[in-house]
Amino acid sequence: MRPILLQGHTRSLTQIKYNREGDLLFSVSKDQVVNVWYSHNGERLGTYNGHVGAIWTVDVNSTSTLLLTGSADNTAKLWEVQTGKCLHTWEFKTAVKRVAFSEDDAMALAVTEQRMGYPGTIVILSIKNDLEAEQSDEPINIVYPKGSKAMAAEWGYLNKYIITGHEDGSVAQYDWKAGDQIKSVKAHNAEITDLQMSEDRTYFITASKDKSAQIFESNTLNHLKKYMTDAPLNSAAITPIQDFVILGGGQDAMQVTTTTMRQGKFECRFYHKILEDVEVGRVKGHFGPINTIAVHPDGKSFSSGGEDGYVRVHHFDEDYFKFKYPELH
Amino acid sequence: MPGFDNARQFPQSIEDIDFSDIEEKYKVPFEEGFDTIIVVDNAPTVDESKKDKLLKFIRKIFKNAGNIKDIDMPMDLDPETETLTSKGFLFIEFETPEQAAMAIKQYDGYSMDKTHHLAVNRFTDIEKYSQIEEEYKEPEEEKFVEKEHLRSWLTDPQARDQVVLYRGEDVSIFWNQKTEPPEEVHKRINWTETYVQWSPLGTYLATFHRQGIALWGGPSWNKIIRFVHSGVKLIDFSPNEKYLVTWSNEPITLGPNGGAGTPFGPEDEGRQIIIWDVHGGNLLRSFPSSTLSSDGTPNKITWPMFKWSSSDKYFARVTQGQQGQQGQQVLSVYETPSMGLVGNKSIKIEGLVDFEWAPASDKEKEKDKHSGEKKQREELLSYWTPEIGNQPARVTLLNIPSKEIVRTRNLVNVTDCKMHWQSNGDFLCVKVGRHTKTKKSTFSNLEIFRVREKDIPVEVIEVKDVVIAFAWEPKGERFAIITTSDPNYGQPTQGGVTLKTNVSFYYLEKPKPDKETLEKKSSNAIYWSPQGRHVILATLRSSTIFDLEFWDLDFETTLDQKEFAKTDPAACLQLMSTQEHYGVTDVEWDPTGRYVITSSSFWRHSIENGYILWDFKGTQLQKHLLDKFKQLLWRPRPKSLLTSEQKKAIKKNLREYSKKFDDDDDWVKLKLSKGQFEHRRRLMEEWNAWRRRVEKELSEERENAGVASPSKRDDDTIEVIEEWIEEVVEETEEIIDD
Repeated sequence: MRPILLQGHTRSLTQIKYNREGDLLFSVSKDQVVNVWYSHNGERLGTYNGHVGAIWTVDVNSTSTLLLTGSADNTAKLWEVQTGKCLHTWEFKTAVKRVAFSEDDAMALAVTEQRMGYPGTIVILSIKNDLEAEQSDEPINIVYPKGSKAMAAEWGYLNKYIITGHEDGSVAQYDWKAGDQIKSVKAHNAEITDLQMSEDRTYFITASKDKSAQIFESNTLNHLKKYMTDAPLNSAAITPIQDFVILGGGQDAMQVTTTTMRQGKFECRFYHKILEDVEVGRVKGHFGPINTIAVHPDGKSFSSGGEDGYVRVHHFDEDYFKFKYPELH
Repeated sequence: MPGFDNARQFPQSIEDIDFSDIEEKYKVPFEEGFDTIIVVDNAPTVDESKKDKLLKFIRKIFKNAGNIKDIDMPMDLDPETETLTSKGFLFIEFETPEQAAMAIKQYDGYSMDKTHHLAVNRFTDIEKYSQIEEEYKEPEEEKFVEKEHLRSWLTDPQARDQVVLYRGEDVSIFWNQKTEPPEEVHKRINWTETYVQWSPLGTYLATFHRQGIALWGGPSWNKIIRFVHSGVKLIDFSPNEKYLVTWSNEPITLGPNGGAGTPFGPEDEGRQIIIWDVHGGNLLRSFPSSTLSSDGTPNKITWPMFKWSSSDKYFARVTQGQQGQQGQQVLSVYETPSMGLVGNKSIKIEGLVDFEWAPASDKEKEKDKHSGEKKQREELLSYWTPEIGNQPARVTLLNIPSKEIVRTRNLVNVTDCKMHWQSNGDFLCVKVGRHTKTKKSTFSNLEIFRVREKDIPVEVIEVKDVVIAFAWEPKGERFAIITTSDPNYGQPTQGGVTLKTNVSFYYLEKPKPDKETLEKKSSNAIYWSPQGRHVILATLRSSTIFDLEFWDLDFETTLDQKEFAKTDPAACLQLMSTQEHYGVTDVEWDPTGRYVITSSSFWRHSIENGYILWDFKGTQLQKHLLDKFKQLLWRPRPKSLLTSEQKKAIKKNLREYSKKFDDDDDWVKLKLSKGQFEHRRRLMEEWNAWRRRVEKELSEERENAGVASPSKRDDDTIEVIEEWIEEVVEETEEIIDD
């Protein structure tokens, strides 16, 4: 099906996210605006205005009432989804690169940048899901990652731990209460750019600049799968229904102007999740690197946000759902 | 203050003192070498009266060799005549060992008169030979080490071909396996420092190193031999792999110990080209790099610098004459294994620009094999000279070693000539770049020499446009050319403008010479299959077009066409496939003409480096994108041992053979798909087992924690609410009169 092109940002996309039902799509960009769209037709519902720096990250709670964003203006903001009202602002010393609600929505983590003498941290915030309640400024805990700074982070199921992906390519498990590292494995040879959980949070996928994406088991950090591509990756997502993963990336934005579109490899690549080396297909369209990919929770569509400032919403064709590996079924 | 407490330890007498260190220090150095002294034997025996006369004569002879310090001729008292007589030998001392060596070289065997032939030897030699033990001791026999079978790769039951792949720092050798991934034979990291090269028959793989060249081969891929040549950049094998030519941009230096431990002697110093014996690893001869050109600047290196004749018997190069003047070019033809000039002198050819050896026909090759060293056939070479003064430009065919001119042809208005021999040596095509009288525009002539026919008739094909590429069909009677009349030709193009070109195929035989032209192409390179018949037209070095066209020149669909083809060969010209390989830089046919590999090398650009394997029809079999892919070369094969009758018989029974091969293919496919199927099935099972375990653990943990799974989606609970909203946009009331 023809993709829907969402033209609501004036600068490159940094993250996109569906809510739990998948009817809404939130997108954040370096142009300091948060947009929310109807995912089925691409109509824009509205914007959340207030950040004064590039917005790096967004997350929505499971009941689609609260939206959390992190920005280069050194703040994280909590918004009321329905009205666009800013409910609370947390101030930090450096930019907020990643936010994520916990499974039960009672907490959120915020990954702050290491800059100007301040170490990179992972701040655990307490969130009250009552829209009228006053949010607490005081974090529950601050985790100081060991060694290389964290680039991405996610919660484990039942809030058992948090999983972090680091600049040196390692993946680690942290006890967010004590602030200690539980486990760490050297997964990639270059920085990790994205980390997304499976539906039940028992495994997760990492994307890296080393041109590969990998799947790990959350509890043990055991390596399960690896997908090799020929371009640096910025994002990776796991699809429900079909056993696929979607990888996106492309040549560094800095070099794009000097090369042809074809060489940039700005495509979403589909790999078979279990067979690893089987590339199922590609979706072209962006004319810059793909920065972020999100899959609709029902697995019937996915979206990609690019350096070119566009979000492309793709609904899968009938063929996609019928696809089966003949020899395996 | 030193005391005398230990006085007891002092030596008792002078004998007890150890002076050896002092003696060592002040030892008078005796002249140890007798290198400056020579012994002259077979001199006339004379008595006292003639002694001075003889010595004077000797002195006169030997003073040419150097300054004589002293001559001593022992005289004995003859008991019979009671006079002092010389004994027929004398000693001469020179100032330096070099002069002594010179005297030996020049005057050993010198005839003073009819009966007296001087024997001149080093004085030290006499001592050396007198010390030889009387008893003969048998030299220890070296243990025979069996060499590996250097052509083992040809015994592959499926007759697969090997390729060498150079990527990043890794060099690996693979079997080509059609559609299946290539099978690795051998791999080494940092095997070479610059690039790799096969020998022409595929026996050796040459790798380049700072210190020299190494040749590898055999089933174990061990080092076979090493050639020391510091800074070597270019190499060239003789056609039958007997000799190797190496070139380094650094002149040979002997170092402080006069080249000890290296294969170089004093005469090699300062030279840049070395010819080696591949089997023994010996240095055969070194040459200086080509001499300065007429204006005194160093010549550009053209490679191969020496061109080899097809039998390995001769090699030759063009050099400027000794005066280094215009028109003093000489063709130096050397002979193997003596490494001397044929007929002891170079051939002076005024204005000589370039020459080419004629390849040998199969028959001649066969003969070479059997005749061995006994009888040498004449070998043919062609050369051309430009217009000088009133003399027209000229192409000449010359026989070696007789130096007999077989055929000459005069040409006018020539700007450039390129000589192309057909691979059997049957035809020579000279591509003549010509200019109009005003010298404003250029066009090309093709002069075809039919070498095997009597008197060597020449045909001229006039081409109005500029010929940018020419290629003979291997062993065939056809050739292809690419011409262009594009105004951009020859201009310094920006951004790689792709020229519009025409491609023409020429048929020299059956039944009359004919041609077929394909117009409006962009192709600029011709790649014939080594077996002939199939040809690839490629567009290289363009930034926008990367076309590959696979053509068949003997395409037969119906019998009618076959009949028709007898009168019009062009009817069988068929485009089989047009493909594109983005960023293609090189095209390589495998030696059997079954497959072709197009590659995109990191050396030219970094766009989509890697290679694609096609079959001869242009069907893509495999594609590999490899970072830092540099070089890929098929391993050449030696000439087939089958006779042409045997080949014909195989062609006739091709149907039976192909059935067997089809069966083989099917079997391999079955095996593979089964293997792959098993592998994938296992992966699926492992994953599913793991999921079951993890899901069970998860649900247990959730139960213990008393938290239901939040991500559980239940499609039944999704409620679709449809709202109908009616809006009245406009309402007008009109009263219509009855």
